[in-house]
Order: sequence, then C-alpha cells, then structure tokens
Amino acid sequence: MTEVSEIPLHMRRAQFDPISELGEVRDSAGVCPVVTPFGVPAHLVSRYDDVREVLSDSARFSTADRRALTPPDAAGPTEEEYARARVGNLLSYDPPEHTRLRRMLTPEFTMRRMRALEPRIVDIVNAALDDVERAGKPADLVSTFALPVPSLVICELLGVPYADRADFQRRTADQLDASQPPQRRLALQQASRAYMATLVERARRDPGEDILGMLVREHGDDVSAEELVGIASLLLLAGHETTANMLGLGTLALLRHPDQLARVRDDPASVEPAVEELLRWLSIVHAGIPRTATTEVTIAGSTIAAGEHVVLALPGANRDPALVDDPDHLDITREPTGHVAFGHGLHHCLGAPLARLELRIAYPSLLRRFPGLALAVPYEQIAFRPYSVIHGLQALPVTW
Amino acid sequence: MRIVAERDRCIGAGNCVMTAPEVFDQGEDGLVTPLVDEADPVDPASVDAARRAVDRCPATALRAVED
Repeated sequence: MTEVSEIPLHMRRAQFDPISELGEVRDSAGVCPVVTPFGVPAHLVSRYDDVREVLSDSARFSTADRRALTPPDAAGPTEEEYARARVGNLLSYDPPEHTRLRRMLTPEFTMRRMRALEPRIVDIVNAALDDVERAGKPADLVSTFALPVPSLVICELLGVPYADRADFQRRTADQLDASQPPQRRLALQQASRAYMATLVERARRDPGEDILGMLVREHGDDVSAEELVGIASLLLLAGHETTANMLGLGTLALLRHPDQLARVRDDPASVEPAVEELLRWLSIVHAGIPRTATTEVTIAGSTIAAGEHVVLALPGANRDPALVDDPDHLDITREPTGHVAFGHGLHHCLGAPLARLELRIAYPSLLRRFPGLALAVPYEQIAFRPYSVIHGLQALPVTW
Repeated sequence: MRIVAERDRCIGAGNCVMTAPEVFDQGEDGLVTPLVDEADPVDPASVDAARRAVDRCPATALRAVED
C-alpha cells in the first residue's frame, strides 16, 4: 500500500478541500514538481489561467505519450502491454486520431438528446429512491443511490447488461485506486477490455439501439473492434465513477450546509447553479490525464522541456481567486463560473451534458423524497477515498 | 457584436448551448450551429451570455467580433 505521505500534492484533501499547500503553490510560483500516483515525475500547474492554457493547447501538450503514465524504470508491464490497453481510449489520442473517434460520439450527447433522455432518468432516480425507502433506514447512500443511478443510466445508454454491475464496478474502482500496484491495475484494465470485447462482438452480430449498436451500424467500417472496446470501456468507467462520486460527495456537502440544502430542495431555479457550484467546489477529478510537452514551453515563468510531463491541478484552478471571489466558500447562489471540473480543450468531458442532467435530477429528487435527510453517524466518521484518482466517499450512512 | 463559429474546431461539448441557448444550437452531428448568422449582430439582451459562451468554449471554436 502507498503511505499517506506519498499521495501527490494535487490528490491530497482535507475532506472536501484541496490541502492548503496547493493554494500556497498557486499563490507563489504557480508551478511545482510532483510525482504522479503512477510514479512519473512531472510539473504541477495550479492556476486557473495556466491550467486552461495547457489544456487548450493540444499541439504543445500531448496526451498520446505513454511515458506520462509509466514510471521510467518500471519492472512492471511493458510498453506494448500498456499500448494495447489504451487502443480506442479517447484520452490517449491527439488530433487528428482523437477527432475521428470523438466525432463518432458527439451526436449521442447533444442537449437535444439529453432532453429526450430526461424522463427515463427521472424514472431511474425514482425507482432507486423507492428501493432506498423500502429497505429502510439507516442506509448507505453511496451503494444504494449514488452508484446505482449513474451505473444504470450508462448501462442502458451503452448497451451493457446492468446485471454485470458488481463485477465492472469493482474493477473500475480498483483501476482508479493509485494504491494498487501497476501490474494489478493493468490486469484489471485487461479484464475490463476482455469483458467489453464480448459485448462488442455481440453488437457486431446484432446491433441494438444503444451507443454500441449505433457505432457498429454507422461506423462499423471505420472503427476496429479493438477501438470499439476502448471507447466503450472508457464510457462505462467515466459514466459511473464520476457522477456517482459527485452524487455522494455533493449530498454530504449539502448536508454540511443546511441552508443551501434547503434551497436545492425547495427552489427549482436554484438547482442548475447549485450543480455548477458543487462541480467547481468539489472538483472531484484531481487532475485530468497528464500531458507531455512536445516542445520547450514556459508556464508561469517555469521552463518545461520537451518530453517532460505536466499535471493539471483542477481543484487548484477551480479554487483560484482569479476565477471567483471567496473561492473556498461553497455558495450555490453564485452566477455559474467557467470552472474546469470537466476539463478544458479537446478532451473536455464528452459526457458533461449527461452528468449535469443526472445531477440536476438526482439531488432535488433525493432531498424532496427525504426532507429529514441526515447523517446516521458523526461527520468525523465519514470515510473519504484517499487514494482514488477521483475524489469521493467510501460510504455515506444516512437516516431520515 | 457578432459571433463566428468554427465547426472544424468544435468538439460538441454543448457548453455554448447551455450558456447561451438563444445564440447557439447543435446540429445532428453534435457540432455547433449558431442561431444568429455570422454577418448579423447578436441581440443586445444575449450579448453577455454569448460572451460567456465564447470564453467557456473548451475547443476555442467561437469568436466574438466587435465591428
């Protein structure tokens, strides 16, 4: 296991907040050395403007360089094994390959498609709340609500049997756990791909109305089976791990700010700005995928040589006073900000409209169903996930 | 103020449609389709939202042109 002191600066939290050292870096040099959770030395960029500059410049900052994810002297998996595990993963491509894959998916996540999905998501949320209510109090909101809702949504959209959720949820949670050894994380990634390959194979024989079916029908000749596996594996992982942690952590944040919780529950107009503020304030993705400089660049006065790696501290950017006044204060009445919780640039979260829709439906539905929602244990006993590359809770015991 | 959209750069994130729905829509392909012709000025009531959409476009596919 990784010791707590080895967790890199940008992943360390004091409950919801980034630790104060991150703010100190932002207020002084702006950039500092860091070793990624995967053992790679990098430059940590912490200010809003600098983070946006790096993320929007895919020519000078590549995501396709495997060395950004592989320690230099790794005795573990070979480069080739890593490469095979990344085929079709949109995050590991630069333009024009990235553009080709992303354009196949953009029609599936338009605002119009989201509006059409809304009634089904309302049904899924209400059914999950019925289950929570029937099972009785106390309940762990992570395992009974925060995880099932986005899992069910992405399974239906993608064409993955929900019955398989226990296996893929365990695999993805461990894949994102930086305390797991590289060999094990790679093995889990390979297991995820092997599972997805069976679904891709089925979709190629008999394409359904889901995203896998659409990809086969409309792009079957332009996309390889291996690429389909990579695309679908990424969508499945990203589709449930992120929104699930926003739901769990966001609910806890609201429970800690009862006046703001009451607004989300009672005033429909407050929900959209509340979701944006929770996304900004929680910044559950500590950093996007690391970048590799393709040429020598200067960021905040620091020189980054060609071939060196850059990590973007998204909570640093989202808590930057340059973005918003009083950034450490959760205030759902703010005008929505241009936060970077979904990233920025070409790799900006494809599923952001879906995540927003799920959160806008789920928070108020939960709070209206259980107006007396409260923690079932003292706050000090709530366990956060210290090693995951996505911030979240182990469990959220509640009563009502 | 006029809006110029470069569909070639668009990644279909939908931020502009969310931020300024009077000014931007998406085509069937998910890419940006401005609702105001690029030769025409944006309605003054929508100018602030349109500016925010330009600033927040993750793909830098939008420009605000002041004539």
